[in-house]
Amino acid sequence: MIGLEHYLTLAAMLFVLSIAGIIVNRRNLILLLMCIELMLLAVNFNFVAFSRFHGDETGQVFVFFILTVAAAESAIGLAILVVLFRNKRSIAVQELNTLKG
Amino acid sequence: MYGYYLTIVLAPLAAAIIAGLAGKQIGRAGAHWVTIIGVGTSCALSFVVLKNMFWGGAGPENIAVYTWAVVDGLHMGIGFLVDRLTALMMCVVTFVSLMVHVYTVGYMREDPGYQRFFSYIALFTFAMLMLVMSNNFLQLFFGWEAVGLVSYLLIGFWFKKESAIFANLKAFLVNRVGDFGFILGIAGIVTFTGSLDYAEVFASAEQVAAQNIEVFAGTPWNAMTVICILLFIGAMGKSAQAPLHVWLPDSMEGPTPISALIHAATMVTAGIFMVARMSPLFELSTTALAVVIVIGSITAFFMGLLSIVQNDIKRVIAYSTLSQLGYMTVALGASAYSAAIFHLMTHAFFKALLFLAAGAVIIALHHEQDIRKMGGIRKYMPITYWTALVGSLALIGFPGSSGFFSKDLLIEAVRESHWQGQGAVYWIAYLSVLLGVFVTALYTFRLFFLVFHGKERMDAEARAHLHETPPVVTVPLILLAIPAAIIGWYTVGPVLFGDYFGDAIFVSESHDVIGRMAGAWHGSLVLLTHSVQTSVFWLAAAGVLSAWFLYLKRPDIPEKIKNRVTGLYDLLDHKYYFDDLWIKGFAAGGRSIGQFFWKKGDELIIDGLLVNGTARTVGRLAGVLRQIQTGYLYTYAFSMFIGLTALLGWLVWLR
Repeated sequence: MIGLEHYLTLAAMLFVLSIAGIIVNRRNLILLLMCIELMLLAVNFNFVAFSRFHGDETGQVFVFFILTVAAAESAIGLAILVVLFRNKRSIAVQELNTLKG
Repeated sequence: MYGYYLTIVLAPLAAAIIAGLAGKQIGRAGAHWVTIIGVGTSCALSFVVLKNMFWGGAGPENIAVYTWAVVDGLHMGIGFLVDRLTALMMCVVTFVSLMVHVYTVGYMREDPGYQRFFSYIALFTFAMLMLVMSNNFLQLFFGWEAVGLVSYLLIGFWFKKESAIFANLKAFLVNRVGDFGFILGIAGIVTFTGSLDYAEVFASAEQVAAQNIEVFAGTPWNAMTVICILLFIGAMGKSAQAPLHVWLPDSMEGPTPISALIHAATMVTAGIFMVARMSPLFELSTTALAVVIVIGSITAFFMGLLSIVQNDIKRVIAYSTLSQLGYMTVALGASAYSAAIFHLMTHAFFKALLFLAAGAVIIALHHEQDIRKMGGIRKYMPITYWTALVGSLALIGFPGSSGFFSKDLLIEAVRESHWQGQGAVYWIAYLSVLLGVFVTALYTFRLFFLVFHGKERMDAEARAHLHETPPVVTVPLILLAIPAAIIGWYTVGPVLFGDYFGDAIFVSESHDVIGRMAGAWHGSLVLLTHSVQTSVFWLAAAGVLSAWFLYLKRPDIPEKIKNRVTGLYDLLDHKYYFDDLWIKGFAAGGRSIGQFFWKKGDELIIDGLLVNGTARTVGRLAGVLRQIQTGYLYTYAFSMFIGLTALLGWLVWLR
């Protein structure tokens, strides 16, 4: 029988994976955006799981909102990415260090 | 009389402003005419005031002119207190000032700063009149500082001359030391009496004398003693008493007319006048009087000695002035205030005369001041010679001259001042003034013989141009020689013994030496005929004879003496090392303390450690911390993750 803890474990694994993706990835900015997307999905997973097990639909409604916002955010992120590429001719993360102190 | 007083004070001020601000427009002649008329008006009116006091029987007047401010009940105003003491001072000041104005026309003829000079000396006359006519301490202090300021300006009149600038700075600084004491004294008076007005202060003097003040915790001193000594420190600065005398000889860097007016006749006597004016206060403190008398005697005797080794004609007279001021101070300390003021008056005439005569010699020799390069001037400048002789005889107290009456009676008064006890103070004072007579005669006639008699030591070119000076120079000399010669004869009786000063000078019963001497007073003639019996006369005669023997008969001897007692000569030549004490001791000490605080305190600690140190520490810390800021997104994300994990871990397990 698949219980709540299985869903939560899966979500945690997805979340940690995406964090690892952000930290380890040094090449591609698109990957970074994808990892952020994945983090949100991991969180959504939790929402859905808790909603199901508590018998409360609010969590699932919330997921739709998050998906919408995430889509908008990705759109903006990709737009920034395009502008960045035009300026720097590169989207490698390790070359973006203008914040260096 | 109100209008008179106001005119007396304001006429010189108006003249000074016109000559000073409109000097270019009115030209050189305009400048000297306007100031001479201004000061002449004051002089004439002063004599009218004196006449009214003396023959007209007018009493003292105390007039408030203007209220400047009232602060917490303390009334500060301008006012005139004109009594007989003031009237006498006004006449002396304006008369000498007028003579000097006329003389300056000749002395400064070639000088580019002609108008400026006249403006200054008229301004000086104004300031000095404000000082002597004041009826309160604030105005006294104003006059006191104003004469100091003009003195500063005039010593440095030739402001391109290095030594003149040094001298005027020195005069200013040394006077500040005195003025510091003076203003503390005034502050003391305000503290204890709550008033600046003479009349009110004098009225409550007794109460002040009954109180104590703790300057240092645990040692109560009589308030009046402290106040009087502080006031006297002011007088020491202005009247150049040891050890604050060092500025006066250097002030000779200024033009000769101001040496005569400011540094011999009037300003330097302001201290004497002030103490005489404060006699109701000083009378209440025997300790303060003892301080006064000791300082005076030291100055009178030791400064006279210095005069013997000086070679600059003006410095010889300057040290002589110091010595004579010392005499006046001794008289003040002996409670013989009227004798001090009397000597002040005669001294103003004969010392101004001597200075102006010296100035005449200086211009005749084209600004040569070294007496070793003079000699035999008698036959070239007869008027100067005779007037200088009158001045010199008055200075040494030749019987019949004005100086004779004032100095002889001054010494007599000191001898009578037994109330000080027969202790050390009395003997120091008496011996100083007595031996001072010999010293005075010696240096006076050394100067006189070296300048006017003996071999002609100037160079040939100077001798060819040597001739008597024009009338603008000689007329003031003659006009000053007349009072220098005869004024003593007529005034000694009334001024000293005739109760001339009345209430202006207060002497307590037990101190009243002049009153005691009055019993033995039988007129000028008797004093004159008995003069040969006094030790004073013989000491003076011995001084003149020694001068004649040493500097005319055997001019080789002084040189031998000098080589024999080099130690003493060095001591005198270095003026007892007082200059070294002040310049190398106090001034250099002050500078090195300042240097220390500047270098160590300000630059090292405040600027270095506190201000720049803080900035440097922050900078260094930031230099370390900036290493964390790599600028890479993944570093930030990683640290965020670590932080979040740590926080969550703490929340879940440790709390």
